[in-house]
Amino acid sequence: MTMTTNKAPSRLDRFRDSFVWYSFKRDRTAQLCLAVFLCLVVAAFSAPLLAPTDPYDLRQIDIMASELPPFWIDGADEQYSLGTDAQGRDLWSIILYGTRVSLLIGFGAVILQALLGVTFGLMAGYLGGRVDAFLMRLADIQLSFSTLMVAIVVGAVVKATLGGAFYSQYAVLMLVLIIGLAEWPQYARTVRASVLAEKGKEYVDAARVMGLRSKRIMFRHVLPNTLSPIFVISTVQIANAIISEAALSFLGLGMPETHPSLGSLIKAGFDYIQSGSWWITLIPGAVLVVLVLSINLLGDWLRDVMNPRLYKG
Amino acid sequence: MALLEVSQLDVRFALRQGEVKAIRDVSFTLERGERLGIVGESGAGKSVAAFSLLNLISKPGFIAGGSIRFEGQTLNTMSERGLRKIRGNRISMIFQDPMMTLNPVLSIGEQMVECLKAHRRISSRDARAIALDKLRQVQIPSPEKRLDQYPHELSGGMRQRIIIAIALLLDPDIIIADEPTTALDVTIQAEIMALLLDLCEQHNVGLILITHDLGVVSQVTQRMLVMYAGRVIEQGPTREIINDPQHPYTQGLINALPQMATPGEKLNQIRGSMPSLSNLPSGCAFHPRCDFIKRADGQTRPACVEQVPGFVQTGNCLAACHMVAELLEDRRLKEESQ
Amino acid sequence: MTTQASAAAENHIPAENIETATPLLQIRDLKKRFSLSGDFLEQLRFKGGKLVRHQEHVHAINGVNLDISRGEALCVVGESGCGKSTVARTVMGLLSPSEGEIHYDGQRIDHLSSRQLLPYRKRMQMIFQNPYASLNPRMTIQQTLEEPLRLHHPKWNRQQIADKVEEVMRSVGIDPDWGKRFGHEFSGGQRQRIAIARALAVDPEFIVADEPISALDVSIQAQVLNLLMEAQHERNLTYLFITHDLAVVEHFGTRVAVMYLGTVCEIATTATLFAKPRHPYTQALLSSIPRLEDDRPQHIRLEGEVPTPVNLPSGCVFHGRCPYANARCRQEIPLLQMQNDGTRVACHAVEEGRL
Repeated sequence: MTMTTNKAPSRLDRFRDSFVWYSFKRDRTAQLCLAVFLCLVVAAFSAPLLAPTDPYDLRQIDIMASELPPFWIDGADEQYSLGTDAQGRDLWSIILYGTRVSLLIGFGAVILQALLGVTFGLMAGYLGGRVDAFLMRLADIQLSFSTLMVAIVVGAVVKATLGGAFYSQYAVLMLVLIIGLAEWPQYARTVRASVLAEKGKEYVDAARVMGLRSKRIMFRHVLPNTLSPIFVISTVQIANAIISEAALSFLGLGMPETHPSLGSLIKAGFDYIQSGSWWITLIPGAVLVVLVLSINLLGDWLRDVMNPRLYKG
Repeated sequence: MALLEVSQLDVRFALRQGEVKAIRDVSFTLERGERLGIVGESGAGKSVAAFSLLNLISKPGFIAGGSIRFEGQTLNTMSERGLRKIRGNRISMIFQDPMMTLNPVLSIGEQMVECLKAHRRISSRDARAIALDKLRQVQIPSPEKRLDQYPHELSGGMRQRIIIAIALLLDPDIIIADEPTTALDVTIQAEIMALLLDLCEQHNVGLILITHDLGVVSQVTQRMLVMYAGRVIEQGPTREIINDPQHPYTQGLINALPQMATPGEKLNQIRGSMPSLSNLPSGCAFHPRCDFIKRADGQTRPACVEQVPGFVQTGNCLAACHMVAELLEDRRLKEESQ
Repeated sequence: MTTQASAAAENHIPAENIETATPLLQIRDLKKRFSLSGDFLEQLRFKGGKLVRHQEHVHAINGVNLDISRGEALCVVGESGCGKSTVARTVMGLLSPSEGEIHYDGQRIDHLSSRQLLPYRKRMQMIFQNPYASLNPRMTIQQTLEEPLRLHHPKWNRQQIADKVEEVMRSVGIDPDWGKRFGHEFSGGQRQRIAIARALAVDPEFIVADEPISALDVSIQAQVLNLLMEAQHERNLTYLFITHDLAVVEHFGTRVAVMYLGTVCEIATTATLFAKPRHPYTQALLSSIPRLEDDRPQHIRLEGEVPTPVNLPSGCVFHGRCPYANARCRQEIPLLQMQNDGTRVACHAVEEGRL
């Protein structure tokens, strides 16, 4: 608390001095998870560079080379390190591309959820009264529809009006929309709760006494102070969105097999487990588990670090 | 031998910035039935001192040195089991927030009976009778009714009375009260303090009162310690310290009270603020705020900056200050030369 | 309730108590209730087989009349729950009154929209109790102090704003080089200085201070109180000072209003009130200040505790704890009445000469 120098520390200094960095330096799990997660993200987004074949290019697919096993099993082809799927696509390439699709949908959906949820939560919490009652009832209603139901309804409506081809073409966007719409109430509730806590603090009164408008108080004063819980729930929500996408794709409501995500890969391979080609489904499945697990563990660590009751500073 | 004897107590907290010395070299004694005040501002270490008496310091804090002897038994090396026999039974505590002691889901009667049965072999019926008697002693209106009430049904002042009743339940030898009235209004505070004082006198119970309020200390206690930045800087009979404080910090604290200045005039403030314990100044921790580090000839007294002052005796008081030591030395030399 | 009579009493204050003809701030019959009953659905109850709407209110202020003259420091004292903070927050427009009016410099301000209030925001500012909560933790000191200036002086350029920030920081004793730091890097006393700087930045003439020193350490309290008095002399400020600490009032206040359970029971100049408290509650309050001088607390003991403001007692709100209460006190609400030394007291016993 005492200041020996008058020079204010830079942002980097502040970060180095922060509890987040301190705890990260000591937490092996968090370090490992972040490393795994970053590897997956980098690999997925540089898929066109890393993948030996382009699974979206039909000319590169050899149907004769279908259901080849991965390299450690007899009968493997050196060309396909992780084997091939039922259509003869290189599994390694298609997992890279599939992870990219899954991550895109996960991040996209969470951004949409956050936009909707934070705005509504902020308004409900700060303005209170009828706005609060209306938005929170809306959230309750939204929560009583499962993601699955929203997906079925949206899917049905879009397919009926614009055709199945349109749906497949814009499947990524559709899934972002569906998962984003279905799960914004999580954000809205978290944000509302912390806005209510912040609203009672005197700095908000001070801003009101100053004569600032509600909009400025909400976004300039209250919102920055609710960022920690938003950050924490975002990690959990990304994991959830990826799982939701996988579940929807597995049920055939998600990505088409021509542009597979991890979920549709699992689904596609599922039919071949009986015939012994287990790798088509289990390898993408393992990738999905590792991805979601690393995000969830990071989220747990973040929640512990940012819990104000554990750390008072 | 004194009832409670604390010598050279040293409590540290292992924090990520390194080890912080919360209190250092704290020594005092408490006789049977004596009322002692520990005064200081936030961060002075007065609560840490109180908590460490019953070994209630929790991680990352620990007692790094010194001893706490109660009736000849050393408390800081005692097993948890042995301590439980003393806590609440021989030495009880009153906290600032009554809800720290009261369990919200048990009625007042249940909590008191439970407490009695934990320490004594006693039937529920007798325990209830004792509880009722203690509630009467703290002058709670309709005590029979209160036994079946829950803490949330009572007002703040009433809860603090209940806490005092619980503290007295097992006829302890010492009550440690940590800011017992800070959360209460002045009229209620005055009543609670008067009650505590009466009860301690009646039952010959020793009281260690931790507070930042010099007015309360001067009315309730017989001896007091003034703490600053983890050390005791002055101790002695309360009246003597209040009327004629020796240490510049104690003087500053008393002079800063609004009642010590003419209304409308500037108050006598102490400049600066208490240093953080992780970044203490060298020498006397008070020296950056002290007006007396310069000698009469205008030179800064080097000892203030270089050396932690030890206690010197003035009257019945002990003060840890180089300036006071120097004054005493001058006086002694003058007397010798005459 | 007290409406007409006390308003009339207000108009006949002897000249010595008022410096200018119109007081800077006038509070008229202010009442504030808070609903405890939630929304409409929660208010519905079954009673005797019928569905009835049941509402409960906290009566935080019940008809308060106060005048604050230019240049004075009016202290409002009382124990927790007496409504003193509610008065402060209502005056600043953080709460809207249930009944009554607030006039600032002759203009009624309690019904204005936030946009219409903007010019008054520049003239009246507030200092809060808790310096640990009153600074936005995500803003630097510089940002905190610039914000009110940007809002109220939209035409100023960067340099003018920076100069003004530096000036107020110096005037409260904070080194301007610390502007890039965040609130949590400062100690409680320094934070309160910064909060005072924020209030002074727009050069207000009237400041509401809601327990500005009660969260601070003793040695720091003196510093902050000195700063507030200095600012008053230099800028000719008028204060509405809310506190529970009578020692501070004695030192700081020009006049004192004592509140109990949402009503004002005595208003007097500071010297008169401390020399000769009239109302039995004021007497009890004064006697319970812990003083350094006496060895033994010699305070007046009050029976029982403050009743809840949900169900107000009939008659005088203080009668349940008052040693002088009689049948009249239990039925009739006492009004503030002028005494010959200018003090106004709301007490039947004082009026009847029983006390």
